[in-house]
Formats: sequence, structure tokens, C-alpha cells
Amino acid sequence: MVKVINRPLEMLGSTVLDLTPSLGRLTIYMIHVFMWLIRPPLRLKLFFEQMVFMGNKSLFIIMLTSSFSGMVFAYQIYLGFTAFSVDSFVGPIVAIAVCKELAPVFTGLVVAGRCGAAMAAQLGSMVVTEQVDALEVMGVSSIQYLGVPRVVATVITMPMLAAIFMLIANTGSWIVGTQLLGIDEAMYFAKISDFMTVKMAIEGLIKSAIFGYMIAIIGTYQGFQVKGGAEGVGKATNQAVVWGMVTVLVMDFFLTAILAKVL
Amino acid sequence: MSYKASIEFNNLVKEFGDHRVLNDLDFNIHEGKITTILGFSGAGKSTLLKHILGVHHPTTGQVKVLGEDLSTLNESKLREFRTNFGMVFQYSALFDSMTNFDNVAFPMREFTNMSEEEIKEKVHTLFKQTALDDFAIHKLPSEISGGMRKRVGLARALALQPKIMLYDEPTTGLDPITTHMVDDLITSTHNNNSDIPMTSVIISHDIAATLRISDYVAFLEMGKMVVHLPVDEFRKSDHPTIKKFIELST
Repeated sequence: MVKVINRPLEMLGSTVLDLTPSLGRLTIYMIHVFMWLIRPPLRLKLFFEQMVFMGNKSLFIIMLTSSFSGMVFAYQIYLGFTAFSVDSFVGPIVAIAVCKELAPVFTGLVVAGRCGAAMAAQLGSMVVTEQVDALEVMGVSSIQYLGVPRVVATVITMPMLAAIFMLIANTGSWIVGTQLLGIDEAMYFAKISDFMTVKMAIEGLIKSAIFGYMIAIIGTYQGFQVKGGAEGVGKATNQAVVWGMVTVLVMDFFLTAILAKVL
Repeated sequence: MSYKASIEFNNLVKEFGDHRVLNDLDFNIHEGKITTILGFSGAGKSTLLKHILGVHHPTTGQVKVLGEDLSTLNESKLREFRTNFGMVFQYSALFDSMTNFDNVAFPMREFTNMSEEEIKEKVHTLFKQTALDDFAIHKLPSEISGGMRKRVGLARALALQPKIMLYDEPTTGLDPITTHMVDDLITSTHNNNSDIPMTSVIISHDIAATLRISDYVAFLEMGKMVVHLPVDEFRKSDHPTIKKFIELST
């Protein structure tokens, strides 16, 4: 009986003990990123390169996921609402859900899967091949040279991607709602303007910037922490994706609660 | 003959937890000479190198480089100080996203106010100095051989005319011909920069290369200094560990 109680407690204790130093190191890393962010030189070229990598190359997958998310969401809402003859509410429901939740969360998941993994893999292989050591030996801060441009680029690019997600998902919803399912177009837009506010879109954009920050911090941190060879890089990449996605989903709840009070 | 010390280890002790990695090292690396730090794997050679670079700080004792105690420098001073070093890594550590030209130009772009034209000229000079063909200049590191990568790494390390050149296992994993080429390159680099008294420190366990190119040899075993001698005296040493090391290596 004692064993049955002890075992989960031991596991919980060991998990907490494992996580605490990692959280401490992550916090110290976040402080370093901030300190190097405000110190010259500004590496604008690296920052723009990262923005192109993040934004341009994620654009297609964001467009694809957003268009189908908007369409399928509109379809499902319509199927439910039409039974009560309130199908004109499809527009605002989709618009609010997309702007407040779907756009930041889906964009976050896509960016965590694509860019968070890439950051961990790129930096991890640079650690393994001593390129990071080479930077440090030359007197260049690896955090400033490699970490900061990625973090800043992700923070700026994520709201842009989320805004594109909002636009395309709503367009998809409009196509399905009005062109395919026959909802009156004027009613569709009238209801959106009745219920949807700019604040809702702003909430989504703020969320996506914060998700971007966390995804980049986790991705670059995992990359810098790589030990060993290819196996270490693989492990870091995996951790970056898993923790990036989990962080997006968990933070979404808390951010929703905080922003509901602030905005 | 007495030489000026470029690097001083004063009773250096380094411990990681309970494990003592460097044990009371007390010796000097002479300015303008090639010193090889030899030893078996796990002897503490790389840890010693990290103390020279200021990456690790002593648990007790002191490391002075060019008269500076690195443990007293703050982070930005330490980064600035590191421009005195040129380092050639075991596997070259070239930035794989940059061309060889950009790799060599990198330190100049970071730390000098040289114009792109001046950098271009300097890179070409360094390519010539390290016997690199012009065809390699705009290629990526992955598109050239290991020996050539070593040369590009050396050219990059020389870009800021360092006072101290550090070589981390420069010949490990190379074929005998490339090993000789790298050895020649190390000596010619050392001699060609004789207008500035360049100090070269090589971390190695390649006994043949050590005997061929070094002025001094420091031998480490389990973090302790076994001997620190001029190369001729080292060759004749009757210390059992040294004899065994030479015997096994040859």
C-alpha cells in the first residue's frame, strides 16, 4: 500500500527535480537574450535573413492551414446553427474564433513545428561542429549573433503570419458560408460588424507575438544546449517542437485570462 | 636562456564537483615559441586550453595571458581580449553557411573598420599565405577537402594578426601527407609572423608532429604536469611515462 502511494510521489518529486534546473537555465538564457538585445551592434542583416526564413518560408503552409481551417470551421458551425435558423451567425462566430484563438494558436503550432525545430537543429549542429565555440573564441557573443536575431525575427514575424491567417481563414469562411451554403452576404457581413471588434484581432496579434517569443527562446535554447553528436541534435529538435507546442497551448489559456482583463 | 612568459600558470587547480581535472600546474609558455601540450586522452589538455581562453576560470591559482589575469576581466573586456587569440579547431569549425571568403573576412568585419576593398585584399593575402588556391575562395566549406578547410581555418585565425595562436588537435584524423602539410603550415605561420612575437600553443597527442615542430613540450598526465622541457630534452627524457608514450606512439 505504502509502495503504491510512494511511487507516484517519487515520480512527481523526480520530475520536479529534473525540471527545476532546466527552468533555471532557461530563465538565465532569457535574461542573456534580453541583455544582448539592447547591446550594440545591431545585426540587422541577420535579423532580416531570419525574418525571410521565418516568414517567407512559412507562408505557404500558413495559407494552406488557414484556408482549410476557415472553411471547415464555417461548415461545422453552419451545420449546427442551421437547425436553429441562426446560420447568419456563422460569420461572426468564425471571425471571433479565428482572430482570438485559431490564428495565434495554429500559427504558433506551425511555427513551433517548422521554425522552432529548424532553430534547434541549426544551432545544435553549430554547437556539435564547434562553430559556436569559434564565435566565442573570436570574442563574438553566440547569443547575440545567433540567438537574438532569431528571437526578434520570430516576435515580429508571428503577428504578421497570424494576420495573414486571420485574413485567409475569414475569406475561406466567407466562400463556404455565402457562395457554397447560401448564407445571405449582406447579413453575413452585418453580423460580423455587429459582434467583431478590432480589440479581438489585437488580442490575437499580441498572443501570437508572445507565442513567437517563447517558441524562439525554446528553439534556440535547445539548440545551444546540445551535447553529443547527431543524437543530441535530434533530441534537441524533438524537445524544441514538443515544448514549443505545449507552451503555446498552455500559455494560450493564461494569456486569454490576462488579456480579457487588460484589453 | 630565459624567455618572456606569454602565458603563466600559477598553481592552477581546476575541479568540477569532486573531480580534480587540473592539479597544481605551475609553468610558463614562452613568448615567440611553439609549445605543444601533450598527454593521453582525459589528461586535461582541453581544459587547460579553455583556461587560456578564459572560458574556464581556476578553482584556485591563476592563469595570466599576456600579463592579464583573465578571471578578473568582465565579460566585455574578456571578449575584447580574445582578439589576441587565433584558434584553429580540430575540425576547422568554419561557418558552414558562409563561403570561405566570408569565413576569413568575418573577424575583420566584426572587429575592424576596414573597408570591403581592404578586407578583400587582406583575404587574398591570407589565402596566399596559407597556400590556398583561388578557386576555393567563393566555395562553401563543405565543397572543399579537409586539408583545405584546415587552411581556411588557419587563414581565419590569422585575420586579426593574433599574438597567440592556439591549435586544438590540428592533425587528428588527417592522412600523413596532410598532417605534414599542416605541420609545415604551423611552422611557416609561426616564422612568417616573426615581426610580432607570435606564441603558438598546440594541444595534441601526435608525438611525431610534436617532435618535428615544437620548441617546447609540456606533458600532462591525469591533470598533473609530468615534464615541461625543450623538445630535444623531451626526446631524450627517461621519465617512464614519456618513454612509454613515445614508444606506444611510434
